[in-house]
Amino acid sequence: MEFFKIKRDIPFMRHALIFNVISALTFVAAVFFLITKQLHFSVEFTGGTVMELRYPHAADQEKIRATLRSIGHEAPEVASFGTAQDIMLRLPPVKTAAGATVSSEAFKAVCASEGGSPKQINVMEKGQQIERTSCANAAGAELVTLQRVDFVGPQVGDELAESGLHALIMVVVGVVIYLAVRFEWKFAVAAILANLHDVVIILGFFAFFQWEFSLTVLAAILAVLGYSVNESVVIFDRIRETFRKQRKMSVTEVIDHAITSTISRTIITHASTQMMVLSMLFFGGPSLHYFAMALTIGICFGIYSSVFVAAALAMWFGVKREDLIKPVKEKDETDGAVV
Amino acid sequence: MNRYPVWKYILIAVALLLGALYTAPNYFGESPALQVTTGKTAVKITSDTTARVADALKREGVPANQVSLEGSGNSAAVRARFDSTDAQFKAKLALERQLNRDATDPDYIVTVNLVKNTPAWMQALHALPMNLGLDLRGGVHFLLQVDAKAVLETKIKGTQASVRSILRDKNVRHAGIERSGNTVEVTFRDAETRNAARNVLSSQIQDLQLADAADGSDLKLLVTLKPAALQRTVEEGVNQNITTLSKRINELGVTEPVIQRQGADRIVVQLPGVQDVARAKDIIGRTATLEMRMVDSTVTPGTELSAAIPLNSELFTEGRGAPVVVSKDIILTGDYISSAVATFDQNQQPAVSIDLNGDGGRKIRLVTRENIGKRMAVLLKEKGKYTVPTAPTIQGELGSTFQITGIGSIQDANELALLLRSGALSAPMEFIEERVVGPQLGAENISRGLHSTLWGFVAIAVFMIIYYHMFGVFSAVALAANVLFLLALLSMLQATLTLPGIAAIALALGMAIDANVLINERVREELRAGATPQQAITNGFSHAWDTIFDSNVTTLIVGLALLIFGTGAVRGFAVVHTLGILTSMFSAVFVSRGFVNLWYGRRGKKVAKLSVGTVWTPGLPAEKK
Repeated sequence: MEFFKIKRDIPFMRHALIFNVISALTFVAAVFFLITKQLHFSVEFTGGTVMELRYPHAADQEKIRATLRSIGHEAPEVASFGTAQDIMLRLPPVKTAAGATVSSEAFKAVCASEGGSPKQINVMEKGQQIERTSCANAAGAELVTLQRVDFVGPQVGDELAESGLHALIMVVVGVVIYLAVRFEWKFAVAAILANLHDVVIILGFFAFFQWEFSLTVLAAILAVLGYSVNESVVIFDRIRETFRKQRKMSVTEVIDHAITSTISRTIITHASTQMMVLSMLFFGGPSLHYFAMALTIGICFGIYSSVFVAAALAMWFGVKREDLIKPVKEKDETDGAVV
Repeated sequence: MNRYPVWKYILIAVALLLGALYTAPNYFGESPALQVTTGKTAVKITSDTTARVADALKREGVPANQVSLEGSGNSAAVRARFDSTDAQFKAKLALERQLNRDATDPDYIVTVNLVKNTPAWMQALHALPMNLGLDLRGGVHFLLQVDAKAVLETKIKGTQASVRSILRDKNVRHAGIERSGNTVEVTFRDAETRNAARNVLSSQIQDLQLADAADGSDLKLLVTLKPAALQRTVEEGVNQNITTLSKRINELGVTEPVIQRQGADRIVVQLPGVQDVARAKDIIGRTATLEMRMVDSTVTPGTELSAAIPLNSELFTEGRGAPVVVSKDIILTGDYISSAVATFDQNQQPAVSIDLNGDGGRKIRLVTRENIGKRMAVLLKEKGKYTVPTAPTIQGELGSTFQITGIGSIQDANELALLLRSGALSAPMEFIEERVVGPQLGAENISRGLHSTLWGFVAIAVFMIIYYHMFGVFSAVALAANVLFLLALLSMLQATLTLPGIAAIALALGMAIDANVLINERVREELRAGATPQQAITNGFSHAWDTIFDSNVTTLIVGLALLIFGTGAVRGFAVVHTLGILTSMFSAVFVSRGFVNLWYGRRGKKVAKLSVGTVWTPGLPAEKK
């Protein structure tokens, strides 16, 4: 099987301007949404309490909201996820010192509104001791179960945002230095610009759809940044090799040739990675949903930016044959003995 | 030319075998077990406990399959495995009866749990299963912030008191000692006294930083703690809290709790299997109290157990210093102890050096001055019960810094220092993060993680085989080897697997296939350019290697950045991501080349065609027409 039966080099660079305009527009749109709608940060960044409850029947969200308001939460967010039985509560940080007791109080109130009373139980389940607070009515039927609680104090959030930013800076600087040493500064700058533009676009999507931006999403974005840089590296590698082999080609032709001869690999690799990511999207459940989402957008735009944007930028920067082929004698490409 | 020397094949085989060996423990089933820990500061879990547990089980007719001591120090626990939950339950009752004399105040805590059935020979090779993170097994996670400011303030208060008493002892006259922030200001009338004070202070306390200052006509000496001492104070506070917490948490009877320091002043506590936040918090928040009281000298030593106890005294029978009859009047409480460390006295004998803060020095001086030659008892109160870790004889008048000597071994000194500290409220703590995951959600997360990885892997493998035929098979095998290596490495490192970690495994596989795609495409390209099959393999692999290396370096940079700056979930992701890159380089290039060589290389020039899918050449279809 061969998907890519390409007869001659595709003149990608002839349309470089159009591609750059498209990316500029997408970029501007992303920035626009980031400013106007802003990111919907997860509780890890903002502080506050998130709780997951499971009901045996479809939950009455309005009732839960009213209950939470009655115990002093001004703007509780109540939403179902997955099924109507699974409810996610999100309570903004409370100013009082007892921030860490919010979850147990909220559970108590929700339980009482269902007509049950919270009770500590200690069960032996398959030879393992499990201790939990259950909410049961007089007949002993479980009315609501607490699946998960996340409480984050406000002091943690700022630090996480800061260390996330540090990680991003380290990645950018590290990649630029590596590419500058391995190739040339024009390539390094082109690659990092192209891929940062991906990052902004992913963030733009998260802002536009108001998807939850959590730490795992941040990790996904950085991972995909590294992955897209790979892409540019593969193409730059080819450009260098073509410069070496084809002495008569112009710079544009060399770039076109390099992109054309790697396009097959680019698409197949991305498709394979995307298969894995789709699998996470389908089977991974809500915890991995946005992680897989960020990766999907990153992978799609990664192809685009490294193929069209990075190479085009390098071209605008005026990359030349002399930049890559140093007067120093390179390792001979041929194998074996040379006379 | 595409032949590996034998050692390379052996290397691959050995790597695969080791991978299988170290991954294997994760697949064994679980058997019911009991865990014996202690919640008491004075009780230690040692190999003696192991023997006692084994004996007790034998006596009660429920012998365990295996009894072993795991962990060390505060996290030490004795584990006993059983065949059935029935035996486990019987054994629990039996052990509780046998080990604890007093059921209302148990020395040992027996809890039930499940442990992996890793065979003993695997354990001996250190082949152990991975730990599952809380998001996969359920439990609570707390992040506690130690109030460093409060710790420093206590220390400064202590310093102020020490300065005052030292100056008084040495007859250096000052015109007032005040504290402002982290500085103690001592005012003097003339420069001479100030110099004298400086000499005295710098010779008595090493951790001080002294600076001159003037305020109008007053001469001042500014006393601050050296930065190193400040840092050490906070560090000691955190470590002390960790020690105290470990003991408290053992009392909860949690299997494999995690109590770790994070950053300078934070403590992570993870309690698998616990869902009840309120109780866990209650226990974590509690601390033991310490009291120092005079030993009643009217009771002749040795007759404590039989003598009549005076009205204002009590008899204590637990602990090293016991039995002893002690006055009910408290000289000092643990709050006054700012530090207690094991050191050596001037005769190079083990000793415990104690620093008192605030008024402590004055209080103890008043009492000890009149009681030289008598004994003073240190009492530790936990859950309303007293133990007497030591009852030393007073050799002279004591101040805010003194030593307890004649302790015995350095180990005893360490233990006593720990006991003395555990009473002190070293540092107040605040809960800044709390996470609870229900066991059901944990189980769901495991199956979700596994399914996404499995189906993703299957999809990639099927696609590779359809697209690249035989070379696709090699790629799939290499990818499988990659999973094996990655899991083996994670098990060897005893990493904790979390849901983001599983996602990272999946992503690592999705990215690792890139290397194989690069190789396969290169091989096709070489064939298209007219290379012979064997040449195509050689060139394909060698050309692809440069690119693979370059692209992995950039991914590695990301992994390291996340590793350095990430915490919690992101760190778990980063560890797997980074390891995944390393294993993928090995498996995609070295292992798959090994299989290619084995398949094609041995046949040499007889190979007429490579099964790498369609090699499409632009010219050919046109010629056919």
